Formats: sequence, structure tokens, C-alpha cells
Amino acid sequence: MATTVTHLKAQLGDDAPVSRATRDAPWVRWSLTAVALLFLAGFLLLPLAAVFTEALRKGLGVYFCALIDADALAAIRLTLLAAAISVPANVVFGVAAAWAITKFHFRGKNVLITLIDLPFAVSPVISGLIYVLVFGLQGWMGQYMNAEHPWLPWFQQWLVGQDFKIIFAVPGIVLATTFVTFPFVARELIPLMQAQGSDEEYAAVTLGASGWQIFRRVTLPNIKWGLFYGVILCNARAMGEFGAVSVVSGHIRGETNTIPLHVEILYNEYNFTAAFAMASLLALLAIFTLVLKSVIEWRYALSHKS
Amino acid sequence: MKLKSLLSLLAAVALTGTALAKDIELLNVSYDPTRELYVDYNAAFAKYWQAKTGDTVTVKQSHGGSGKQARSVIDGLQADVVTLALAADVDALYENAKLLPKDWQKRLPNNSAPYTSTIVFLVRKGNPQNIKDWDDLVKSGVTIVTPNPKTSGGARWNYLAAWGYALKKYGGDDKAKEFVGKLYKNVPVLDSGARGATTTFVQRGIGDVAISWENEAYLAVKEFGADKFEIVVPSVSILAEPTVSVVDKVVKKKGTEAVAKAYLDYLYSDAGQEIAARNFYRPRNAGILAKYSANFAKLDLFTIDDVFGGWTKAQKTHFADGGIFDEIYLKK
Repeated sequence: MATTVTHLKAQLGDDAPVSRATRDAPWVRWSLTAVALLFLAGFLLLPLAAVFTEALRKGLGVYFCALIDADALAAIRLTLLAAAISVPANVVFGVAAAWAITKFHFRGKNVLITLIDLPFAVSPVISGLIYVLVFGLQGWMGQYMNAEHPWLPWFQQWLVGQDFKIIFAVPGIVLATTFVTFPFVARELIPLMQAQGSDEEYAAVTLGASGWQIFRRVTLPNIKWGLFYGVILCNARAMGEFGAVSVVSGHIRGETNTIPLHVEILYNEYNFTAAFAMASLLALLAIFTLVLKSVIEWRYALSHKS
Repeated sequence: MKLKSLLSLLAAVALTGTALAKDIELLNVSYDPTRELYVDYNAAFAKYWQAKTGDTVTVKQSHGGSGKQARSVIDGLQADVVTLALAADVDALYENAKLLPKDWQKRLPNNSAPYTSTIVFLVRKGNPQNIKDWDDLVKSGVTIVTPNPKTSGGARWNYLAAWGYALKKYGGDDKAKEFVGKLYKNVPVLDSGARGATTTFVQRGIGDVAISWENEAYLAVKEFGADKFEIVVPSVSILAEPTVSVVDKVVKKKGTEAVAKAYLDYLYSDAGQEIAARNFYRPRNAGILAKYSANFAKLDLFTIDDVFGGWTKAQKTHFADGGIFDEIYLKK
């Protein structure tokens, strides 16, 4: 008893109060850490290592050959294109939605928040199927194009004459990708902006700033790191999406296959080395994303301290 | 100045070049196991077409379960030609979207099936379960890999082959239903396509036997080595006729009618038949079939028209919602 008290006193003197209640026995701490590490190794590191060993099984030459194959390059290009369109679109939408939701009061706000979450709630396959049902030949658009007495006949004629394709083509893939990555930026910003409140914006208003000035010089600098964080998560999902894109792709080699779809095709063709080589690109993207995420979190913490 | 004139000369050459030889792009929407066949065939056809007309033709490929692929074409996938696993899936293009005429199957020789195949068994080396014929599949303790007849064409051929065998051996639809029911009790997973089922069997090591297209079984043995897998040919099987057709509505819109038709006609040429045989599809041409006879075991083959009265009827009785397959599989 007495020793405990002196011990505690010594600790208190060091400005670090520690009681037995806040400290677990060493075996508990060690076994918890071990379980966490084992899980990490089994579920994350092992598959990751498997991807790279399989990809490099036949040597670096074969690995790079698999990556510069024409169909592989087309898949990489399409994946980059889909991300390049959907990520900026979701940034604009996400910032606008978060700004509206956190800085203003209006009716139907909760409905809007729920709608933003919708893509998280539905299965990606359903997200893809929605576009087939809307834009497919048997869907709404197809029915309209084939209708005998259409609503707005000139629009029908123009549409038929255009010959532009949505599903089973690049626009469908971009749409599906945008849909599934829709919530990432908004969901990242809303809690952050709610926590920050509107005081600084009010101050800016009293100083005579215009709406755009407030956004650019007050809001944006405040949400900068949260926004970056949302963007990289959004990008990672955009490049890795399989289900929704698979439904609308049509699987045309060298034309409508993204990296994840191309991996499946190569695997099904018994071309395992090439399949894993493509998969390793996605794995590298994931690692790069994680590193970037850590850097941003670190910078964010730093900017908060100051 | 000199550079400018050189550039304009190049531009002129490029322009006339495009005016002389056209670049044509076709899309062939096919089923799962034909990937390798059409990679070979597309290269040969491009060469043939360039020699004949001077045009460069690139054929893009799309593969998946036959039923699923037909569904995509119905929903608007712009296929110039379809080369699907069975006639019923091409019929669906007429029934659901009127993309081609009703009598499409009469437009090409041999019921529009330029090559055929049959259904055989793929077993692990040494055939540990001693599987010789269909009867060995319904024994308890044997696990079978076969894809889902709802989405896969090959799976429907598998099912009908088993049914036809039981009909022949035991007589009567009731007996056949009982036999096929017992067989599906031994199936632990139904993949959506033939290739998925093969991968399940060879890569994931599930099952004692895979019921498979003959060509698919040969390809697996070729890819993974005869020291790992063996092919067992049953006494009786079905003559599987994968059918091909031009998709009239699409080629009319794209203006690719002539080249799409030539693409399918060339499948019947000696060169086309030879490529099919090399990829383990049974060619229609008797001479070429004889040349590759070592690859194609002789067995008793029945046709779908003889035993089931054609695809439309078989599809309705067995595979439609509430059909016999649903009864058998749901009862499990």
C-alpha cells in the first residue's frame, strides 16, 4: 500500500497520473497486439505479398510485357479517364453539398444527407443495373427512342440521329464510377465543417466579404486537408470499382475494360502472371493512397496544432 | 518553308491513305470458352479480308456466360455478330428485341453452327474416383463441378446430355428427372459461366469431376499439363451446336453488313475449320475432322432436335422459371 502511494506520488510529481485501472496486465497488452498483428499479416500483408510474387514469378521482363500489352494499356487509360472525370465531378458536388448542408438552414436537409449516403447503402451491382434499366435498349431511353408517338418528337429524332452510346461504352463506365464514389468527398467534409462551425464566415461577412471571397479565403483553407483526404479515398474507390462497372461494361477487350475487369479476364484466360501484374498496379495504387493518406493526416494534425 | 511543304505532303498522303483503305471495327459477342479460338480466328480473318479488299478489320471480343451475353446485346451492346453457345440464346435476340429475323438459323449451313462440340468429363490425374460414365456421377460421395444452367450455355448442354443419357438407358422422363436430380445433389457450387467452373475445378481444387465442354477440357489439360488432369469420354453424350449469327439491326446501323457476313462465312472455309479443329472444336468439314481425328473421341452423340424437339421446347420445359431445373435444384 505504502509503496503504491509513493509510486503514485512520484508519478504525480512527473505530471503523469497513472492508476492500475488504466493499465492492463502485460500479457493482455502483448496478446492483444499479437492478435492485431497476426490479423494484419494474414489478411493484408500475405495477400499483398502473394500478388507481387505471382506477378513477378516469371521475371521482370514478363511483368513489364504484361503491363505494356495493348489491351492492358487500354484498360489503364480507361481507368485513369474514369477517375479523372468522376473525382473532379464529385469534388465539385461534395464541396457544394457540404457547404450547403453545414452553412445554411433549409427544408429537406436530412433528405439530402440521406440521398448522399445512398450509393453506400446499395450494392454496386444494383448501381450498375440502374443505368442498364435507364439507358439500355429495353430501358427508358430505348423505349423513348423507339416510341411511335414520343413526347418531344424533335428530341427523339435528334437522339436517334446522334448514335451516342451510354451503357456498354465509356460514358456508362464514367457514370457508374461517379455514382459509387459519390459520397466520399461530401461525407468527409460534412462532419469537419460542422465541427468548425460558421463563426469565421460570419466574421468575414461583417468585414464585407462577398460569398466567393468567403469561400476562397476562409472556408477552403479550413477544409483543405479534409478535402484532400476525401479526394484520395474517392480516387482509390474510382480506380478499384468492380461490380457496378462490370454490369455496364459489356466486357469489350481493349475498349470497355477497366483494370479490375481486365484482371478478371486475364485470370479467366489462365494468364495468371498478367492477371497478377495488373492486380499489382491496383495494389501499388492502394499503397500509394495509404502513404498519401498518412502524410495528409500528419499535415492536418500539424495545421491544427498551429 | 520546306518543312511546311513536307508536312502538307504527309497530310495529303495520310488523307488519301484513309480514303483508299477503310478501317473497320467489328464486335463479336461470344460465350466463355471461345476466347482462344477467336483470338486465332480474328487474326486469320483480318489477313484474309485485307488481301481480298485492302481494308483493315479489327475484331473486338467480348466473352461471358452465353445467356448473360445475349442479355447484354438485348440491352444495347453493339454486337455485329454473336457467336453464342446455343440457339436459344440467339433466339432471345429475336424474341426480346427483334434484333434479327425469326429464321436466322436457316441463313447459314448446318443450323448456323460452323463447329460443334460435346460434353465430356474432366477428372484429376489417375481418376481417383474411377469415373467412366454418367452413372458414376450420381454415386454418393462424388462432387461435381458444373455451371449454372440459368446463365451458362455450357451448363445447359451438360444438363441435357445427362438427361439424354438417362432417357436412353432407363427410359421415360420420370427416370431421367430422378437421375438428373441425383446428379445435381452432388454439385456443391454453380458458377455463372463455363470458364468460371473450370477455374473452380482446376485452380481452387474443388470437385472430383467437372462436366465440361470437350474443347474447354482439352484447353485445361493443355494449359495445366496432362500430368494433372485427364479427360474421360462417356459412352453417350450430346452433340452441342454453338450457333453464330449477324445481328441485323446493328450491322445496318453501322454499315458493316458485308464484312460481318463474310466474317461468319469464313468460319466454314477450310482455313476457318482448321482453326476450329486446332482449338479443339469439332469441324463440320469431314476432311478436316478426319485430319484431327486423334483429338476427337468417337462416341454415341444425340442431337437436341431428336431427343428434346429443339431448343425452344427444351428451354421452356427445363430452364424457364418454374421449369424442371428449378424443381430439381430447389428441392435440394
